Amino acid sequence: MTQVDTLVSSAALAPSREVPPAARSRWFSAYFGTPGNALITILCLGTVFALAKLAIGWLFVDATFVGTPAECKATSGACWPFLSAKMRYIFFGFYPFEEQWRPLTAMLLFLGACLVSMVPKVWGRGLLLAWVAVVLPVLYVLMAGGYFGLTVVPTTQWGGLPLSFMLSFIGLACALPLGIALALARASNLPAIRVLGVGFIEIVRGVPLISILFMATVMLPLFMPNGITIDKLVRAQVAIILFAAAYIAEIVRGGLQAIPKGQVEAGQSLGLHYWQIMRKIVLPQALKKVIPPLVSLFIGFFQDTTLVTIVGLLDFLDTVRTAMRDPQWQGIAVLEGYVFAAVVYFVFSALMGAYSRFLEQYFRTTHD
Amino acid sequence: MPLFYDARIRAYLYQVIAVGVVLLIAWVMFSTASANLAKQDIATGFGFLARQAGFVITESAITYEPTDTIGRAILVGITNTVKVSLLAALFGTVLGLLVGIGRLSHNPVLSRLMLAYVEALRNVPLLLYLLLWYSLIISVFPPVKQAIEMLPGVFLSNSGLVTPALHWQSGFAALVTAFVVGVAAAFATARVLGRRRIVTGKERPIALFAAIAFLLPLVATILFANISVTWDVPELGRFRLSGGYHLRPEFVALLLGLTLSVSANVAEIVRAGIQAVSKGQWEAATALGLSRARTLKLVILPQALRIIIPPLTNTYLTVFKNSSLAIAIGYPDLVMVSNTIMNQTGQAIEAIAIFMGVYLGLSILISLVMNWYNARVALRER
Repeated sequence: MTQVDTLVSSAALAPSREVPPAARSRWFSAYFGTPGNALITILCLGTVFALAKLAIGWLFVDATFVGTPAECKATSGACWPFLSAKMRYIFFGFYPFEEQWRPLTAMLLFLGACLVSMVPKVWGRGLLLAWVAVVLPVLYVLMAGGYFGLTVVPTTQWGGLPLSFMLSFIGLACALPLGIALALARASNLPAIRVLGVGFIEIVRGVPLISILFMATVMLPLFMPNGITIDKLVRAQVAIILFAAAYIAEIVRGGLQAIPKGQVEAGQSLGLHYWQIMRKIVLPQALKKVIPPLVSLFIGFFQDTTLVTIVGLLDFLDTVRTAMRDPQWQGIAVLEGYVFAAVVYFVFSALMGAYSRFLEQYFRTTHD
Repeated sequence: MPLFYDARIRAYLYQVIAVGVVLLIAWVMFSTASANLAKQDIATGFGFLARQAGFVITESAITYEPTDTIGRAILVGITNTVKVSLLAALFGTVLGLLVGIGRLSHNPVLSRLMLAYVEALRNVPLLLYLLLWYSLIISVFPPVKQAIEMLPGVFLSNSGLVTPALHWQSGFAALVTAFVVGVAAAFATARVLGRRRIVTGKERPIALFAAIAFLLPLVATILFANISVTWDVPELGRFRLSGGYHLRPEFVALLLGLTLSVSANVAEIVRAGIQAVSKGQWEAATALGLSRARTLKLVILPQALRIIIPPLTNTYLTVFKNSSLAIAIGYPDLVMVSNTIMNQTGQAIEAIAIFMGVYLGLSILISLVMNWYNARVALRER
């Protein structure tokens, strides 16, 4: 409890009781103003210093930068040759080695297209059309092959970072319309439709993603008529879409509830029917309100796609994990892969987080 | 067709079509599934629950042997899930509260350190952290053969921490009863004295009286009841430690990962909640002469609590569901036990239905409890 009290006493909310002497600079009092404050500063700096020493020691000082597994074993620090030797496997999994320029190009094209799409000024029907008609088909052809002399690569050989991007991006892109439909169903006046919507949303939100992935990979084949098999990747993708749709529906519902009822009534008095009111009046306003939370949700789903590892898909985390189990490196590179993967996930999540904050700012300052 | 243009009839029509489509899909799936199961000679129904499990579960809060039934194995899985989620929610909330208040500190070093903590936890997948903690524990501590004996009978190795265990010969039930009675008595005392203070205005050390009310039954039981215990001291064998209480690395890694992820979420929620209370409240409390700690306790936190509770409910639901990631590092939670059963019996549909049902039921229970608490602290408008 004393710890709480010292923390509380330094909380920014309460004005400081002691008036700092004029001789002390502002800078000084922020760090060492009161004895308690000075203690906190010293403790924090000590923690930062100890962590930094540990990290720098492991990452650089004691690390091996070039060499063989045996040389790595001799040192106590990180083993970077492991990463350089395994880099292509970590990024692309079992994709045929000579063809790995294809997932690389696809990934760069995808990231470039995403970067362009992040600018709010280019949003519109044209952008959507460009994605559906140009970007996605090109990506698919690059990955799967079969046209323009590219060899066919079955989805069982897809893996690594492109797979993680694909699962999260397609998952959310397909879940968005479904989520909107579910939100509308939940807000509907028709009791049967409402019950179906609420039932789906609450059941999916009440169970872990793992269970839905298990359902898709273990249970779904039992429900398929004889002779029909669906690709495992597609099954996991469908599971992610259904899961994401329930969460999107709840976010969109928040946006729908924020639209005053007068908007619907105005539409009705103009003689518009339900779909016209929704499409032309309510949804454009509601969706604009929920774009920042949707981007936050996307960050969460980008991280949650790591769960497909558990049902045996080779996503980025799984390639990292299996790379470390390589007999040549086993027991030598224990943490390096995880640290590298953590950095990759951190960079992408932090960028999207910054984008979400930018959008919030953007919508607060622009009107149209 | 004027009938079709009647809004009410159309409404009925849409609903009938929607329900019909859902039922049709369900029927088609059900019939193909039962045909497939019959063809593959997989048994159906829940009869397998009474069969002997035959597999080992490394950790269980209730007694379990491989000769017990599959139903009991599932029960072990449920208690393990509940145990780890409860502990993670508890520790994570305390830690998150401290971090959240630290983020609002005037001290730039503290607030930035806490920001870094929250960002590092929120931007990296939980599963990655679980695997990282697990391999860290495995690789940092020595193998069992060279276990470190920290205290006599306390061994630390990469298969976990082993300590002497208490075995109750008698008096366990009496002690538990005394504990429950003590907690109830402490609450009752605090409540009665609190009301008296409001009526009479006299200050009394309520915490002291409550502590006495709590300890009295326990002390009385220890003095008068017949309590006898034996110590089960672990012994270092050639390959493993036998006996004692075993804290396994899987459990520690899972608890650590979940606790940290809860704490990061709680920190953000607490920060937003405190910031949402208007500055005038601080000023008014200061004008009344309350100290900062009392202002926070009596004025700010009760108001912040109303904002905090709904997102906190979501965090607790999330940690409960995230505990299912246990399967990745081998902690025998509900999902992992069900997965073993699925592989053993082949009855995937039933096993998945059971664990989804349990998750759904417990999720609803958590929501109900938190909603009840929320209603208690909600603003009562006249």
